[in-house]
Amino acid sequence: MTRKILSLALLGSTILGGAAAAEVTITIESWRNDDLLLWQDKIIPVFEAANPDIKVKFTPSAPAEYNAVLNAKLDAGSAGDLITCRPFDTSLLLYEAGNLADLSDLDGMANFSSVAKSAWQTDDGSASFCVPMASVIHGFIYNKDAFKEVGVSIPTTEAEFFAALEAFKADGNYTPMAMGTNDQWEAATMGYQNIGPNYWKGEEGRLALIAGEQSLTDPQWVAPYKTLAKWADYLGDGYEAQTYPDSQNIFTLGRAAIYPAGSWEITGFNAQADFEMGAFKAPVMNAGDTCYISDHTDIAMGLNAASPNADAARKLLDWMGTAEFATIYANALPGFFSLSDHDIAMEDPLAQEFVSWRGECESTIRSTYQILSRGTPNLENDTWNASAQVTKGAETPEDAAARLQAGLSTWYEPQQ
Amino acid sequence: MNTSKIKWHIVVFLAPAVLVYTAIMIFPLFNTLRLALYSETDQVTHFVGMENFRTLFGDPLWSNQFWNALGNNMRFFVIHMIVQNPIGIALAAILSHPRLRFAAFYRTAIFIPTILSFVIVGFAWKLILSPIWGIAPDMLASIGLKSLYAPWLGKEEYALTTLALISVWQFIGIPMMLIYAALLSIPEEVLEAGEVDGITGFSAFWKIKLPLILPSIGIISILTFVGNFNAFDLIYAAQGALAGPNFSTDILGTFMFRTFFGFQLQLGDPHMGSAIASGMFGIILVGVCIYLFGIQTRLRRYQF
Repeated sequence: MTRKILSLALLGSTILGGAAAAEVTITIESWRNDDLLLWQDKIIPVFEAANPDIKVKFTPSAPAEYNAVLNAKLDAGSAGDLITCRPFDTSLLLYEAGNLADLSDLDGMANFSSVAKSAWQTDDGSASFCVPMASVIHGFIYNKDAFKEVGVSIPTTEAEFFAALEAFKADGNYTPMAMGTNDQWEAATMGYQNIGPNYWKGEEGRLALIAGEQSLTDPQWVAPYKTLAKWADYLGDGYEAQTYPDSQNIFTLGRAAIYPAGSWEITGFNAQADFEMGAFKAPVMNAGDTCYISDHTDIAMGLNAASPNADAARKLLDWMGTAEFATIYANALPGFFSLSDHDIAMEDPLAQEFVSWRGECESTIRSTYQILSRGTPNLENDTWNASAQVTKGAETPEDAAARLQAGLSTWYEPQQ
Repeated sequence: MNTSKIKWHIVVFLAPAVLVYTAIMIFPLFNTLRLALYSETDQVTHFVGMENFRTLFGDPLWSNQFWNALGNNMRFFVIHMIVQNPIGIALAAILSHPRLRFAAFYRTAIFIPTILSFVIVGFAWKLILSPIWGIAPDMLASIGLKSLYAPWLGKEEYALTTLALISVWQFIGIPMMLIYAALLSIPEEVLEAGEVDGITGFSAFWKIKLPLILPSIGIISILTFVGNFNAFDLIYAAQGALAGPNFSTDILGTFMFRTFFGFQLQLGDPHMGSAIASGMFGIILVGVCIYLFGIQTRLRRYQF
């Protein structure tokens, strides 16, 4: 079906493209098959109306094949003018190989914070090569009916959080929290990276870890594991064999009260759940503490260094830094939030709740993604394993942290 | 006069098979072995000799994973040998009993899982054993044995055994069919001659039939060995590339996959991956050689 739409779109654009000779056509490479209609119906018409001499084609490939397809096309010189960027090393390698152009001087770049740009910069931050598009925010989604029924209020501190879990456990009608350790990444991403920033103080801790000033065995990095170890009591029966789709279904069927989440769940949950949902951010230690949220950079757009239509492509990239683009994108995909500094009105109440935390808290990204997962053993994969082991109680938080630190220090110089 | 001429028809008839086999089997095999001798730094490939193997066996980060995968693989194989093959032989013996009714039905029913895809088998069993939606906890509860239930696939100590038994369930049909065919080929006269000498029932099976089907059992063992050491699909479908919990189900196939193609943030390393693949090739080669030269040649064959 999508292929049919795609070929019709390609056909249509070639006919239209032939009509006016002065027109420039720029093509976009992407792995976001799901966004095809969004681009064709909402984004491209707006841009083309403002720039009648530029035509835009969105040509996605399958997500799993994207990296391989893109590399082959770049080698053959047949890649599109604009390239959707994966975060961190995948795109950095393309830039270093000379496939992506330096966009540091693009006007639209001024609209993004340094955290937003960090996923698509050289290690020293001197050159940016992709325009940030969207991020996903971590937090907890909860079942409002369950909270009303059991008489629990929204927790803001860690003590309140565990009191809420205890109340649901005592009540017995709901699984307090829907998370499993079978797929491992749930415990790491929805658990460790979700609550962690409050302990290691977001960017401060993350950058200190990269600089080698802090280590994974420091108390602020072990503490999230200690908290995670206490979660096991509140997960459902047999959570050891519970998979990610299991967790999603348990929550949307109304069987669980709290779901440790990423904002990408919003669209799916809105379609599945027939109860009202709310969201709360990762709890802080003491009331009034500065809160930190994981606002993880996920997708961006870069310029093919070999593009013959670089001027037209730059115009589109520049426009992608405007509030107009951000509004269209964020509303069409609730849960994928614009990374720009613009204040964007969103209609989805759950998405609004997530994004409102940006005003109250400090943003950071997942601690293991930049630089630290470049070597062997891979820190991100090890964190999955450690988070699942600690949650199950198969390894103590201290042992897990020591193991991660030992692995990291074998190849990462600042940590040696 | 004709003997000195090249027999062109032989070349022509062999060519398609030789070409296809070379292109899709021999060339990739040797290319993998070659790839294992190279390494890549800063996007330049260079020859490093045995360096990758030194890392694989010498660096504890790699060797621990390798020995863990090999150990799990051995356990996976041993469970198949002591569960799959005896049950397969027993099923074949029962099926070949002349007075068994509905034999064709049983034979088909037992063989069907073998033709199912790994993905279906992995998914179906994950659902059956699931603590949330599965029927396993309810079935145990209905006979009052709920206390025996555990989320097996999520427990480090049970996961590998569970997966091995799922694999046994899937492939039990193959030893059954091979042994069944071997049993049917035993001539009646041999059995009748035994009966005259007073060997009937169980002792007929142990003393006459079993020695006659030993070569088939040998073939099954070697097929199981090669299949198990190349296994990957079921583990990947049920537990993912990280072969959880805590790598307790990691076998050589999943270890190789993770290294070769990369996983999540881990970038793929075709050269280390090839080194592991070469290791797997070596292990299978040694195993098959031991069988061929150590066992196969000593088996006594009977001709009727």
